[in-house]
Amino acid sequence: MKIVVDRDLCQGHAVCESEAPGIFEVGRRASTVTLLIESPDEDRRAEVLAAIRYCPTGALSITEED
Amino acid sequence: MTSTELRSPQRVSGGESETGHLEELRSNPIALLERVREECGDVGLFQLADREVVLLSGAEANEVFFRAPEELLDQAEAYPFMKPVFGEGVVFDASPERRREMLHNQALRDKFMRGHAATIAAEVEAMVGSWGEAGEVDLLEFFAELTIYTSSACLVGKRFRDQLDGRFAALYHDLERGTDALAFVDPYAPIESFARRDASRAELVRLVGGIMDGRAAEPPAADEDRDLLDVLMSIKNEDASMRFSADEVTGIFISMMFAGHHTTSTTASWMVVELLRQPALMAGVVAEIDGLHASGDEVSYQALREMPLLEACLKETLRLHPPLILLLRVAKEDLEVEGVSIRAGQMVGASPWVSNRIKEDFVDAERFDPSRYLAGREEDRDNPWTWIPFGAGRHRCVGSAFAMMQLKAIFLILLRDVELEMALPDEAYKADLSKMVIQLEQPVAIRYARRSTSAS
Repeated sequence: MKIVVDRDLCQGHAVCESEAPGIFEVGRRASTVTLLIESPDEDRRAEVLAAIRYCPTGALSITEED
Repeated sequence: MTSTELRSPQRVSGGESETGHLEELRSNPIALLERVREECGDVGLFQLADREVVLLSGAEANEVFFRAPEELLDQAEAYPFMKPVFGEGVVFDASPERRREMLHNQALRDKFMRGHAATIAAEVEAMVGSWGEAGEVDLLEFFAELTIYTSSACLVGKRFRDQLDGRFAALYHDLERGTDALAFVDPYAPIESFARRDASRAELVRLVGGIMDGRAAEPPAADEDRDLLDVLMSIKNEDASMRFSADEVTGIFISMMFAGHHTTSTTASWMVVELLRQPALMAGVVAEIDGLHASGDEVSYQALREMPLLEACLKETLRLHPPLILLLRVAKEDLEVEGVSIRAGQMVGASPWVSNRIKEDFVDAERFDPSRYLAGREEDRDNPWTWIPFGAGRHRCVGSAFAMMQLKAIFLILLRDVELEMALPDEAYKADLSKMVIQLEQPVAIRYARRSTSAS
């Protein structure tokens, strides 16, 4: 899976960071998310899906291509 | 004329007088906004005195509106009715970059949200706890006072919240009532609601000034007791005088609390009315809430996220009763939407009221039906550009997650402790459309009785 961020939508709430630490990070002064891992391993899928589900702005999605 | 040539937006009917559609916007904005879509489609035009407003609706046009960068569609000068409320030097809306920065300062970040849930639950418990065994309340007044306490506690800090009482809420309400669309022509026109707005703002400055004087005499004992007011008061000019006057501090607090106040109190009021209109839904929501309390979980952030029916009912309340019905920008450059030209200088609008009820996007669109978000259906996520109670894109409400959490926390305690019923005929509960800040016509009288099975 590959994570896609819609930069027009991300406001840096950092919910994704709480759901999937180590994959998403919003720095203290940062205004938008940084992807630490763009294509996480399959065993982290549940965390990534939770990040997508709880993102307040709907800025996250995944594609299955590499 | 070639096929690539752009059309001008079609003007909606009515608005024959000198000020165009201003009087209709002041008295029945919903009829005006709906007629624009009916007559003109996705792109239509109405007139507010010497300004033209191009109103967009539908997914394609809304996406252009919500994705547009600041340089193209500017929000800063689109809301003239807010300036007298916030005061000089406090902008209605900062740039997206500044807004994002504010997220970090305004305690809206995810990690702070977890603490806010318990704070809000405690405020509801205290207010409902002061009620008798049975009686009657004005719901809007109750929620408006409650959300003054919750937003001040969560955004400014506990110390400041503890220095507020019902007076602050009553004065604040006058600010919200001072948002007549006449402000598009003259924000200081001699009408009663503007006079009350200005008098109440001055009184709020006096209250906050009094609190500041008290603090100067008695600074907080420990660093961790400091709230945002202490922080603002600690910022000094070079000559050691305070950087922010009472007027400026009041303006900062008014603007911080504004977006989350009338919106939340109005939504909570409509939620009660809608649940009372459909007793089966109310029973379902109460059962979901009782289930949570029975499990022994406290009002935790995670528990609040797992309340599907309560959440679906709140979403449906927001869809059918969006607290803001017209979002505005000013075009800084010419642009094109669906083959129609918009000129620099024209205002551009999107309407949550109109878009949230588009028949093509929402099944049985006028019906209050929470099942559109349940059991695999996701009409909100399926329509990111037309399910827009919080707006969308760069300017999407940064407090939406806080708002949903706060509304859930309110109902978790309220419906645990009391049963509610209408004290007026059903049709008496209706929107007050006379201001740009839409609320309900008062009184929103509701009878309550303490629940005998209450867990508390």
